[in-house]
Amino acid sequence: MRALLRPAQYLALAAYILFLGFPLLWLISASVKSSGELNSLTVSLLPQQWHWDNYSEALDRQGLIHSAGNSLVVALVSTALVIVIALPASYVLARLKGKVRAAGVGWILTSQVFPVVLVILPLFLILRTIGLADNLFGLTLVHTTYTLPFALWMLQGYVTAIPVDLEEAGAMDGAGRWTVLRAIVFPLLMPGIVATAMFAFVSSWNEFFFALVLLQSPENYTLPITLNMFIGGEGKVSLGPLAAGAVLAAIPSIVFFTILRRKLTSGLMAGAVKG
Amino acid sequence: MTVAEDVRASAQTPAPRKPGKGAQARSRRREAIALVMPSLVPILVLSVAPLVMGLALAFTDARLVRNPDYDFTGVENFVKLAGNSFFWDSLRIGLIWTVGVTVLQLAASMGLALLLNSGLRLQGLTRVLALIPWAMPPVVVAIMWQMIYSANGGPLNAFLGRVGLPDDINWLGDFSTALPAVIVVGVWVGMPQTTVTLLAGLQQIPADLNEAAAVDGAGAWRRFTAVTWPSLRPIVASITSLNFIWNFNSFSLVYVLTAGGPGGKTMVPVLFIYLEAFKNRNIGYAAAMGLVLVIIVVALLAIYLRSQFRDDRAERGR
Repeated sequence: MRALLRPAQYLALAAYILFLGFPLLWLISASVKSSGELNSLTVSLLPQQWHWDNYSEALDRQGLIHSAGNSLVVALVSTALVIVIALPASYVLARLKGKVRAAGVGWILTSQVFPVVLVILPLFLILRTIGLADNLFGLTLVHTTYTLPFALWMLQGYVTAIPVDLEEAGAMDGAGRWTVLRAIVFPLLMPGIVATAMFAFVSSWNEFFFALVLLQSPENYTLPITLNMFIGGEGKVSLGPLAAGAVLAAIPSIVFFTILRRKLTSGLMAGAVKG
Repeated sequence: MTVAEDVRASAQTPAPRKPGKGAQARSRRREAIALVMPSLVPILVLSVAPLVMGLALAFTDARLVRNPDYDFTGVENFVKLAGNSFFWDSLRIGLIWTVGVTVLQLAASMGLALLLNSGLRLQGLTRVLALIPWAMPPVVVAIMWQMIYSANGGPLNAFLGRVGLPDDINWLGDFSTALPAVIVVGVWVGMPQTTVTLLAGLQQIPADLNEAAAVDGAGAWRRFTAVTWPSLRPIVASITSLNFIWNFNSFSLVYVLTAGGPGGKTMVPVLFIYLEAFKNRNIGYAAAMGLVLVIIVVALLAIYLRSQFRDDRAERGR
């Protein structure tokens, strides 16, 4: 019984690796197959011939590079906004006890509960009223707002980890509040800021629903919307370029997540377990 | 009492604390408000206001047109909704989707977390693989699984054919297989977070608890039910609630995978509401559906959490 346990465990682990990894392998493999091979009935994981043209075709496809540019701008600006806005507030959340903290934490948790679909209709109307409905800056503001609660949650966790004594020591030496923040708190907070920034970037880069509802003109489309158009719109789908486009769209987030997976999971952990 | 009167009244009443301390606390409070304001403004304008408006719209006949002109119609939307069998169908489908994904996610993630916690090799590889679904844009995930499920030359059918099973199933296009197929993708996407959280919980369980149980002659299953599961209970409760909400509200995956088809068999409520609002342009009616959805989610969640906490109290003998 004991002797059988280990092999059985490895078998189960292999099944997991297959389940989690195979779809990704298949996508990558499809992205380097010729259209002839993709449409043939012989199915194999490794392509008979490596066919890199799909990537150049995907990039040539109307709008892909342009919408990747849109996604990049939206993601970068909303990341910067999230950090600038969340940093002071997370400091307050972490350092002030009592009602402010309770209200902040309460909001962060409820923000996870309400369905975006109830919010999206009035949000669309509000943005249309201020002329930001079919507009990349409007989308940026929306991404900023909806990443904020979680960013606040992550950042205040990192602030809490900095001992108050350090700040008090600084204040004793005659440093003003701002000097203490700049010289002591921010440098120690840097890893947390980087992790939160990456999280904000990836959230915005991947985001689909808001972009789908808020953007109408093709020149404003973000990458997920353009990719979705590839599937539906044009009648015949050429799978190779589609797969190549999908691989390209996934690369930035996968790179970021692999870099910060430890930090991110501990941040998420705090949220999930304490929540 | 107006704000001005309020301020005057508070100025007249003598401060209960020492003046110096009160001033300090006030200045601290003012500083805190200034620091929180930049976060508060976008949240109030783009998150709280739309939520309140959404609740209000549910009682109007608003339509999505250039110059919206709408009337308060009371509970008319809800009366109409009660007779809308498509909406109730979508709720049923949404519940199957949500419960299916949440339960399978928990089961699959528990298995993986236990394996990763038992000191096998390949942990690093498995962890990276387990985290990738989470990092990928939902659109890319959907495109990828469409290829896997493809009826012509898809690897899933090819594999089934090789082991002698029926190999001509149109997974996402067939009435009977579409919803289960979509649920599997939901499980794939949601596993990382659940696994990582459960793993962290498992690592917090003191090893001697398990050893003591083993000395007492408890087998693996008995140890799981007597030691592991009770220790994980709080984590399982919180992750299950969060997963339930996320799955119930998830839109992108199903939208890109099937758009609710075939024949409405995967029309989850969020998708249904989206179509009512932005294709049929009935935003008042759609908002009413959204409100019903919120009430149902909150009610189900309350029932679940209550059962969890009641059990906890009973176990602790309070």
